[in-house]
Amino acid sequence: MENKIKPQLRLQEKKDIKEILRQNIVVIIFTVLTVIGVILSDLPFHFMVRELVSRIGRNSFLVLSLIIPILAGVGLNFGIVVGAMAGQLGLIMVTYWGITGIPGILLTVLIATPVAVVLGWQTGVLFNKTKGQEMIAGLIVGYFANGLYQFVFLFLVGTLIPMKPGTPMVKPDGIGLRNTISLGSKHGEGMKYALDYVLQVNVWQLLIAAALALIAFKIIRNRKRGFKTPVASLIPNMILVVVSLVILLVPTFRMLANIKAPVVTWLLIVGLCLFNILIMKTKLGQDFKAIGRSQHIASVAGINVDQTRIIAVILSTVFASWGQIIFLQNIGTMNTYGSHMQVGMFSIAAILIGGASVTKANIWQALVGVILFHSVFIVSPTAGKVLFGDAQIGEFFRSFVVYGVIGVSLGLHAWKAATAKKKEETEE
Amino acid sequence: MDNCLLQMKNIEKDYGGHKVLKGVDLSLKAGEIHCLLGENGAGKSTLMNILFGMEVIHSTGGYSGEILIDGKPVKITSPKEAMKANIGMVHQEFMLIPSFTITENIKLNREVTKHNPVSKVLGERLKTIDTKTMNADARRALDKLEINIEEYAEVAGLPVGHMQFVEIAREIDKTGLEILVFDEPTAVLTESEADNLLATMKKLAAEGIAILFITHRLDEVMEVSDEVTILRDGELVACKKTSDTSVEEIAELMVGRKVELNQKEKSSSEGDRKVLMDLKNLHVNMPGELVKGIDLSIYEGEILGIGGLAGQGKIGIANGVMGMYPTTGEISYNGETAPLNDTLEMLKKDVAFVSEDRRGVGLILDESIALNTVFTALKVKEKFIRNFKLFKMQDGKAITSHAEKMIKDFDIRCTGPFQNAGRLSGGNQQKVCIARALTQEPRILFISEPTRGIDIGAKKLVLDVLVRLNKELGMTIVITSSELAELRTISDRIAIVAEGKVAGILPPDASDAKYGLLMSGISDDPGKEEK
Repeated sequence: MENKIKPQLRLQEKKDIKEILRQNIVVIIFTVLTVIGVILSDLPFHFMVRELVSRIGRNSFLVLSLIIPILAGVGLNFGIVVGAMAGQLGLIMVTYWGITGIPGILLTVLIATPVAVVLGWQTGVLFNKTKGQEMIAGLIVGYFANGLYQFVFLFLVGTLIPMKPGTPMVKPDGIGLRNTISLGSKHGEGMKYALDYVLQVNVWQLLIAAALALIAFKIIRNRKRGFKTPVASLIPNMILVVVSLVILLVPTFRMLANIKAPVVTWLLIVGLCLFNILIMKTKLGQDFKAIGRSQHIASVAGINVDQTRIIAVILSTVFASWGQIIFLQNIGTMNTYGSHMQVGMFSIAAILIGGASVTKANIWQALVGVILFHSVFIVSPTAGKVLFGDAQIGEFFRSFVVYGVIGVSLGLHAWKAATAKKKEETEE
Repeated sequence: MDNCLLQMKNIEKDYGGHKVLKGVDLSLKAGEIHCLLGENGAGKSTLMNILFGMEVIHSTGGYSGEILIDGKPVKITSPKEAMKANIGMVHQEFMLIPSFTITENIKLNREVTKHNPVSKVLGERLKTIDTKTMNADARRALDKLEINIEEYAEVAGLPVGHMQFVEIAREIDKTGLEILVFDEPTAVLTESEADNLLATMKKLAAEGIAILFITHRLDEVMEVSDEVTILRDGELVACKKTSDTSVEEIAELMVGRKVELNQKEKSSSEGDRKVLMDLKNLHVNMPGELVKGIDLSIYEGEILGIGGLAGQGKIGIANGVMGMYPTTGEISYNGETAPLNDTLEMLKKDVAFVSEDRRGVGLILDESIALNTVFTALKVKEKFIRNFKLFKMQDGKAITSHAEKMIKDFDIRCTGPFQNAGRLSGGNQQKVCIARALTQEPRILFISEPTRGIDIGAKKLVLDVLVRLNKELGMTIVITSSELAELRTISDRIAIVAEGKVAGILPPDASDAKYGLLMSGISDDPGKEEK
């Protein structure tokens, strides 16, 4: 097992600094943007951290749902919008029935999952028929599904689907759902915080525990494999522990020290991270990788390419539906006809900012992407106000960032592919 | 012959009425190396596709004849069944995923897995990959081949020769492999790599694996094989023990066809010929037709034929000169250095090109014959253009009348100059291509595979046109063709290309054996010997 390390080391040596910069250019640009924004906006630091902690819990699951299709060569799955709709369907039904708390969440998942499986399967079938154009197909699938969604909730509800009279979520004329549906104003009422408030723990204590656990895990794993853990590899974790301790103990950071994190939500996110890692170590994961690299060679080797791609899309859609449930229980208000539409764009922008590409992604890129993307989001209105005297310009900047980063990233991908091809051609 | 491992009896196959295999027999004994030889189109790959149950065979009506393995008749209808029948194949183009490790490639879709708690419930596909065992298996296969590469290295960085061995390792890692087919494995290898490979083949044969070896290199045939089977035009020409034959005989058997010797009379002025174009150390990176350093002089007013087997680089020469693919080297044209990789500049210098890819590069299929005829001239020479200073317009009248003239001159069978080029038959499309090249009024014409895919009557017409152009207008013509016979009817000289280099230049009346040898890369002229 020891020698498995060697090729990786060799690869690292080969890369020079320029190459590293070039490959991480997106991450670097956004880190710089975030830092500038933080300085300009002059928001209280504890406010930003509090916002960020809540946004990480809110969005990570959705962004993580994008990884498997990328690895399986399907690309950025704009079709997760469809999954989000399935999640909302569940939420609407559960809210209508007035079930709250954990039973509410479980029932929502129970309703959303089979719907997401069917929708994901159909999306996968469509992707197989539009090979090479999966991304645009996914985008259009989102719009098409939105039409059906609107038809059901704007027209069928109250006509074909009978509703109790006087239900607050139904429009006054009795047909169709209102534009916004409240999931409750505080914990315990409706679905709001149904997951987040199950267990709230101080975020710094949580970080210390996580870092220590990770260190222990690394040491034990390495001992099992029979070699000593280099201290250098533990330094990031140790820094985390020290910083957290400082924040907790130094009185200056009192405002920062009492931020709490939703443990259950975070555990679910960690669970999805683990799933993404573990699935790649199975036969199915190996098949994902193989079809992601070359559909032709994989099919010659007897792998059922189309079926495997469909599985990848189904997984992604189901995770997206769960992700949307997590997202909305945190926000507490559902924009009935709008919440799902942004999900695809925003999640894809986030994972791209984290350094993923159309063909490569991992959980770290997803998590870093969420942090950077939402940092920019938090600071941009105030930064815009400070810079231009108008918060609206900061808002413009937000949307500019979302669409810009997707455009730039797709452009970069095409450019990289073109240069790689050129290099190959001239090398011979 | 009852100890045969594999017998193929009286195999026949036709593609839409065109017979490509006419009753071929092949038998293979355990532990022997059997060479399958033949020119392109002789039917080798069709025979192998049948053996492998490839889809092309079964989607076009199957084959007739009998395949026996271990004396039992089998019907192989898919590659999977071929694998089950213990037949393995080392592909000519590598079936390897570059960013996977060697182990992952060897074990692709045959991964060793073990159960975990989840897979017991949710099924086979969620079993964990057992990297350790896989690495050990891969190591064993590599050791058997005596290859000293780490099984955990990525395939991407490996030299081509090693990739070949990874392919072989993948095949021998399959348990119970009995028959191994090598489809032109040495074509992409360097000499020492090829030697290694041949040694490995011998070793595998010694272990009892029957090897079917397809190659064009006759020296390799003599070196390793026990028996040779030669196909020509879908027929079995000979099946001999290698020890009973010679390179010359094999070469003659491969090429030997009756050449209609209605050759054109020799150009008179042999002595004082002027070099029109000189290629020096030309390298062209055309995928599948790599040119690796060609030196060739083209004389003014001659018809130069370029022949050779597919994939050896003959097609790449004209494409390289015209700048269609990345090219390095030196081209001097009419005494000056010509630019590389610049198609427009070459066209402006009165060099015309009729591509082998008639429908892709040669014609705009959805446009009229008229526009297709003048297209290059329009762009390059600004002919058929009315210049209004501020803007330019096509001169429709001139274009039409020119097209009508061309249609008449070349006897293009069509409804008129405005018929779409895509609607024409292959032969008539070819004539439009030639007409387009001529409209450019070139000094030198590169024409590739002019008769590919067109019927015999049209073939003769096209070739006659070329001879006429050469004689009447004194146009220099460089014709590249896979059909040796047609080169021999019209060319003054024929350069045979093998492995990206000129193997030799022959007069059209040289013997079949000489051609055969050159095509296999064996140069009979010691001065030209590269090795």
